[in-house]
Amino acid sequence: MMTPRKLWSFHGGLHLPGHKHVSTQHASGAAFIPERLILPLQQHIGEPAEPVVNIGDHVLGGQLIARASGYVSVPLHAPTSGIISDISEQKAPHPSNLKTHCIIIKPDGKDDWTELEAITHYQQLDPSALRNRIRDAGIVGLGGAGFPSFIKLNPGTRTVIDQLIINAAECEPYISCDDQLMREQPRDIIQGIQIMQHALQARHCIIGIEDNKPEAYSALENTLSELSISDIEIVQIPTIYPTGGEKQLIKVLTGKESPSHGLPLDIGVVCHNVATAASIFAAIQFGKPLISRMVTLTGDGINNPGNHHVLIGTPVDEWIQHNGGYHPAVQQLIMGGPMMGFNLETDQVPIIKTSNCLLALNSPENSPPAVPCIRCGACMDVCPAKLLPQQLYWQAFARDFDKVQDYNLFDCIECGCCSYVCPSQIPLVQYYRFAKTEIWAMERDKRKSDQARLRHEFRLERIEKEKQERAERMRKKKAALNASKSAASKDDGKKQAIEAALARVREKKKQNDSDIKNTNNLTAEQQKKISEIDARRKKSTEKPVDD
Amino acid sequence: MLTAIITISLLAAIFGGLLGYVAVKFHIEGDPVVDQIDALLPQTQCGQCSFPGCRPYAEAIARGEADINQCPPGGESTIVALADLLGLDAKPLNPENGTEDDTKTVVYIDEQVCIGCTLCIQACPVDAILGSAKQMHTVITDECTGCDLCIPPCPVECIHIIPVKQDIHTWKWPRPAPPIASPQTSAKAKV
Repeated sequence: MMTPRKLWSFHGGLHLPGHKHVSTQHASGAAFIPERLILPLQQHIGEPAEPVVNIGDHVLGGQLIARASGYVSVPLHAPTSGIISDISEQKAPHPSNLKTHCIIIKPDGKDDWTELEAITHYQQLDPSALRNRIRDAGIVGLGGAGFPSFIKLNPGTRTVIDQLIINAAECEPYISCDDQLMREQPRDIIQGIQIMQHALQARHCIIGIEDNKPEAYSALENTLSELSISDIEIVQIPTIYPTGGEKQLIKVLTGKESPSHGLPLDIGVVCHNVATAASIFAAIQFGKPLISRMVTLTGDGINNPGNHHVLIGTPVDEWIQHNGGYHPAVQQLIMGGPMMGFNLETDQVPIIKTSNCLLALNSPENSPPAVPCIRCGACMDVCPAKLLPQQLYWQAFARDFDKVQDYNLFDCIECGCCSYVCPSQIPLVQYYRFAKTEIWAMERDKRKSDQARLRHEFRLERIEKEKQERAERMRKKKAALNASKSAASKDDGKKQAIEAALARVREKKKQNDSDIKNTNNLTAEQQKKISEIDARRKKSTEKPVDD
Repeated sequence: MLTAIITISLLAAIFGGLLGYVAVKFHIEGDPVVDQIDALLPQTQCGQCSFPGCRPYAEAIARGEADINQCPPGGESTIVALADLLGLDAKPLNPENGTEDDTKTVVYIDEQVCIGCTLCIQACPVDAILGSAKQMHTVITDECTGCDLCIPPCPVECIHIIPVKQDIHTWKWPRPAPPIASPQTSAKAKV
């Protein structure tokens, strides 16, 4: 048995009531095929995917329906067989409640699948080829942010990754999908981690799991000993929210601090979610793209809470109805957990690759209205990123977006600890989100105005150039005209030749005129006939005048 | 006495020469202040400031001939930024130049009505209109700055202003309602 590993701790954090047992009472439900599947083209960070199917096409399960566009992008696959019924704007699970481009599939219920290409010996594959396979399977981080996994499996210019850290902390209350997955599919997870290790060429791997999940811990540990794997270590860590934050987990397990504005890769560490490992295993072992995921359905507003495999694109309302429906007193629907999730205004939105939990509450935590800050500093004590939430709040409140960045706003992970402890009930995280989106908007405007300046300057330059060219042409024409005028005297001989030729033509014409006339050389008889006709014609024309 | 005079003169000559050399070596073309001001302006090139474009306005501000509150598309944030840069006091937007409108707009050409006269193409300061004589014109909305300069020249009034549609990427979190004074504090304030 291994000696207990030395653990570190991060600043702040909270002990929150877990509520996790609510949804882990029974085995996970299998995925069902809903009436329709709504698949947003963007379910990941980066560029949205581009559709490669048309309305009316029949698609098979696992078939590519939208390809990646650009480097930071992943493709999208059909979760089951059916007809593409529409490609249009639909509501996506997003705090804005706005619509986004989606492919809508009407399943035919047969669940016919396309030929899947499995890799039997991934160890013989080049890490970059392995990463491409993972990309082609459309895999993104399933922990919540949805960053394309293949990028995070690229060690870059670094030759050695010290540690691969698998995030199995799942620290947010109510959420238990990773817990359930570890209990039910420990083998898939461990083998997925081995594939990741190969892609990263990482020597060592640590799975960090909170100590409130003993069943999952023992399932993973048993699998490790069954497969006699020695380079993967599983470590139980204290249950403190937000241990599951990437930088917090790295601190707890390795004692290393990730740099501000930097990546864990900068300190030789890569962190992946445990569910991502399972989906990578399926993608390599069976060639199966990411078309379903485990999602927690929980809260007292749900009749039958539990974890379910859900096809990506399944509408929330249909999923909940399929699994026992709402409690009559349900009032609030949250996508994600109670700390970091956002309210859903409608349940007619799909489950996407990054949806980990759906929380329905009967008694919404209706926080009383915010009152002025009393400068108690409780927010600072709990901040896991060691920021000064109060300062950030003042600057965001005053819309001083330069100052708020000086206080490292972008190191905020929006965990919600500060809002949770605030005795004045100030929605601090809302202020930070507001400031972040305002700053992004300002940066977009800046880029746009720089572009406009370039185009305007280019236009002025072009107009100036055209003007000069026109002036140049005019000058040349004028010069040519002057030259021809001065040359006119020299051309006298030519002119005379033309005159002479014209005179000759005129002469010839005259001759021809006198030559060809059919009244020349007439006989006396013919002359007489003509005279008669002339007289008759004269008579006939005069007649009307007499009348 | 003489040593002192020689030393001082020598020093003066050395530093004079150094300054002269530096002035030539590190000479900056153009006025950097104009560039800094220009960088803060929104580059709509709309002319609402009464100057023919953002750069001429920046030059006028640098010369002290124009005030910093004449840019309606930039609005309050631009005025504050200019005031910060130039060490002036921020002031409200001059109503003579227009009013600030937060909703971003672009123009749209009704292709059914367009006669292909190219007048709008000539008016567009950022070459955002595509087309040629007797051919339909269209606006490259990604490049359109919403300056509306193409609208007056159009003889058939086929150019319409449309607000830029907000999507998931451009959506901004709203600012939370400010804290309300609790009964205790408001009571204290009255006392």
